[in-house]
Amino acid sequence: MSMRTSSVRNIVTAAVLLLAGAAPAFAASETDFKAAYVAAEAAEKEAGQLRNRWTTAEAALKAAQKAAEAKNFDAGIAAAKEAEALAKASIFQATSEKERWKDMEIH
Amino acid sequence: MKLRLAIPVATAALALAALAFVVPAMAADTPDPVADAKAFQKYFTDKFPKLKPQDFVNGPYSMNEDLHKQWEEKEEFPPYEFALEAGKEMFATPFKNGKSYGDCFPDKGIGIRQNYPYFDEKEGKVVTLELALNRCREANGETPLSYVRDEMASLTAYMAFTSRGKPMNITIPNDPRALAAYENGKRYFYTRRGQLNFSCASCHVQSPGERIRAEILAPALGILNAMPIYRSEWSGMGTTSRRFVTCNSQTRAVPLEPQSDEYRDLEYYLSYVSNGLPISGPGARP
Repeated sequence: MSMRTSSVRNIVTAAVLLLAGAAPAFAASETDFKAAYVAAEAAEKEAGQLRNRWTTAEAALKAAQKAAEAKNFDAGIAAAKEAEALAKASIFQATSEKERWKDMEIH
Repeated sequence: MKLRLAIPVATAALALAALAFVVPAMAADTPDPVADAKAFQKYFTDKFPKLKPQDFVNGPYSMNEDLHKQWEEKEEFPPYEFALEAGKEMFATPFKNGKSYGDCFPDKGIGIRQNYPYFDEKEGKVVTLELALNRCREANGETPLSYVRDEMASLTAYMAFTSRGKPMNITIPNDPRALAAYENGKRYFYTRRGQLNFSCASCHVQSPGERIRAEILAPALGILNAMPIYRSEWSGMGTTSRRFVTCNSQTRAVPLEPQSDEYRDLEYYLSYVSNGLPISGPGARP
């Protein structure tokens, strides 16, 4: 075995070992998804109580659920986080509009 | 002695000065529907000085000459005619118990559209024409109609037609709940919602006559006088409920359920500020 072949083999082995160690850290688990989904759902529920849900937040929540059903938890988490951000924006809108609607009123 | 007197005098003066600031602020917050309607109508007549007040009920068709010509031609063979015929027949057809819609309304339901919605002091809520029609059905053992589909649009089209030309005549009884409903409707009208952050007023107060994509926006003044409408975009008729629901969806807001308190109050407010303008429904829109 040449010196060169040996080096390549070592590099490949090290890369495989590194990847094996890193993979679980990158792939999201069902538990991670559930945590993200619960947070999004709670925010959307609050938006509903304010009578101010957005269609886009609803769509993102559905997309999250669908991705999780297909065991694609990475996509599920991304969609749940988007849903949570949209729901929080709708809550902010409803809260600030409690007074700000008067700015547009005709006097 | 002088100092003793000066302290209460100064305190009283301060209190009066504070009141002078507070009283106008309170007055500004007290709902005044009459002043609102006057300001609302003035806003639109100032914005479109060439239009006669009664022209506003034709929505986008009143906004420029070309569109007005289109409207005149459309009125020769109006697309809502089928709905009108269907509504007339439905209205006259007795329920299974032998009674009919006419039995539920004053003047047998003819020429009364301009009085809806009204505030029902017994219930403490606003009652719209669509709601009254379904309540009539239920009181006579019939199933309620969908608020957003053709049958309700046909019925209200016929009732509107019998009121054509009559001025909108919405009253607010001397009941704090009625005033609260009016104020709630006003709040809904001006409140931004949906991901696009639009209120009803964003389109129908700030931008009537302007284009939003391919459509020309209608002015809010008189917008409900033309309901229900045949919309070419829908290829069919639409009720007031359908209009509110689709407006909300277009701003990416989840619509409320038809005839929810908010929509009923919104209809109350919008109709009230159009008082005096003629009923022109059923209408047609692009």
